[in-house]
Amino acid sequence: MDINKDLVAASATPLVLAILTEGDSYGYAILKRVSELSDGGLEWTDGMLYPVLHRLERQGHIEGRWGSSETGRRRKYYRITGQGREQLREHRQQWQTVDSALRNIWLSVWIPLGPACKPVWQGG
Amino acid sequence: MAVSQSRDQLEEQIDQWRGYLRRHQAISPADVEELEDHLRGQVATLTGAGLSADEAFLVAVKRLGALDAISNEFAREHSERLWKQLVVAQAPSGEAKREYRKEFMVVLALAVAAALAVKVPELFGVELSGTDDRETMFYVRNFSLFVLPLLTGYFVWKRGVTARTWGWLALLFVVALVVANIYPFQPDSDTAALTALHLPIALWLVVGVAYVGGRWRDSGRRMDFVRFSGELFIYYVLIALGGGVLIGFTMGMFEAIGIDAEWMVEDWLVPCGALGAVIIGSWLVEAKQSVIENMAPVLTRLFTPLFAATLLIFLATMAWTGRGIDIERNILIAFDLLLVLVFGMLLYSVSARDREAPRDLGDLLLVVLVICALITDGVALAAIGARISEFGFTPNRVAALGENVVLLVNLAVSAGLYVRFMRGRGSFAALERWQMAYLPVYAVWAAVVVVLFPLIFGFA
Repeated sequence: MDINKDLVAASATPLVLAILTEGDSYGYAILKRVSELSDGGLEWTDGMLYPVLHRLERQGHIEGRWGSSETGRRRKYYRITGQGREQLREHRQQWQTVDSALRNIWLSVWIPLGPACKPVWQGG
Repeated sequence: MAVSQSRDQLEEQIDQWRGYLRRHQAISPADVEELEDHLRGQVATLTGAGLSADEAFLVAVKRLGALDAISNEFAREHSERLWKQLVVAQAPSGEAKREYRKEFMVVLALAVAAALAVKVPELFGVELSGTDDRETMFYVRNFSLFVLPLLTGYFVWKRGVTARTWGWLALLFVVALVVANIYPFQPDSDTAALTALHLPIALWLVVGVAYVGGRWRDSGRRMDFVRFSGELFIYYVLIALGGGVLIGFTMGMFEAIGIDAEWMVEDWLVPCGALGAVIIGSWLVEAKQSVIENMAPVLTRLFTPLFAATLLIFLATMAWTGRGIDIERNILIAFDLLLVLVFGMLLYSVSARDREAPRDLGDLLLVVLVICALITDGVALAAIGARISEFGFTPNRVAALGENVVLLVNLAVSAGLYVRFMRGRGSFAALERWQMAYLPVYAVWAAVVVVLFPLIFGFA
């Protein structure tokens, strides 16, 4: 499923921050975790994660440090900061508001989900 | 065996990919490393799932996304990287860093030597800011000799020229030193002033021989020296501006506590700074060569249309109103300066032009500029020639006339070659070759003025 670019961009920050709350991590592992959490539904262009990480680092929400991987190569690990946790809390509130609003409206309107469910009047 | 082979192949592919990534200015070496770690992680996962190394690499690269798009994202986050920085203190590690340190120490020592050299004559009682005209003239004649030998030394050291070239360079400086100081110039002598003015021009070409590492027959290397000269000029002006601010503050601050700092500025800051800056400026141009875009051609491009328009309007006005050029004493020098300016614009346009690029509006403007300058100068020369006997042949006038002829010949031939190129009959390289072949003429003419004029005109 293709997810709208703006939506991907908007959800990237809370996702990255939340994944780092689970523990320190690095680029590729963060992407794998995103894919896992969304059952493969949320696929980012891999390269785009890094500018996001660097922005969060510049804003002070996360901290990067160079360590080494299992094979001994240099690898950059990221850790969430106190300020990052605060930011995550804010994001969470915002998303919950959006989520509950959408939930309520889904209950009162009916739209077909996915291309497989064609509306009855087209089903012939 | 097959596994290790495919692993080698993978490493090779990653190497290539890394090299390609590095060419993106917005992606720093640390970013490349981070992305490589990602790529390797992805490849490991995919080969674990049964893909061959080849396939895994292709899929991993594809998932990473289009490099240009990623580079754009990086540029958005790190916009400062698009501003090429000339960070003097930042050098690569290891061997390169040691080399870099060594060069810096050499440059620093030479700059200090140049700054102190100008103070040496004072030890022998020749006052720099003295009231004696003879002492002032000594410094005016010799100022290029305080720094240019040291600058030449820097390039000799850096390029490693042969002993033979080294000997010639040393000999030329010794000759210059002797001529500038042994000639019995009369007080208020015109030829002494001409020597002071022309010696730096002749010696600058000597510096050029060291700059090109002795390969002065190579026209490509000559062009490099021309580029170097233009950039050095711009750096020097910028350093001078900074120096002006420093001097202003020095004077103002000491004045605030009631101490006169003028002697310090006049005797030390200005002369020492002016000479030391030549070495420091040269080193900066050397260091930034490939880091920052050359400025001289940019300025040339900016001003070529403006000067072309001014000259066109000037000629049109002259034709329309029928006014002749008002011949007065300094008119020749004014027209020399015009030719020098147009010559500089032509030279720096040539230095920056891609030889294979098609003709464009910039070329047309340049041709118009050169032809207008030729016509203007021709009109002036005709007017002066008619009355030259009336004014008499003083050394100044002969020197100015000679310069005019030297530049006029260059510009006339250049105009011819440029027009041929514009009409598709000749190549641009011919124009470049002509300019470079002509360079020694300036040095020879300057040397003639320095060495022969005082003899011909009896040191007047």
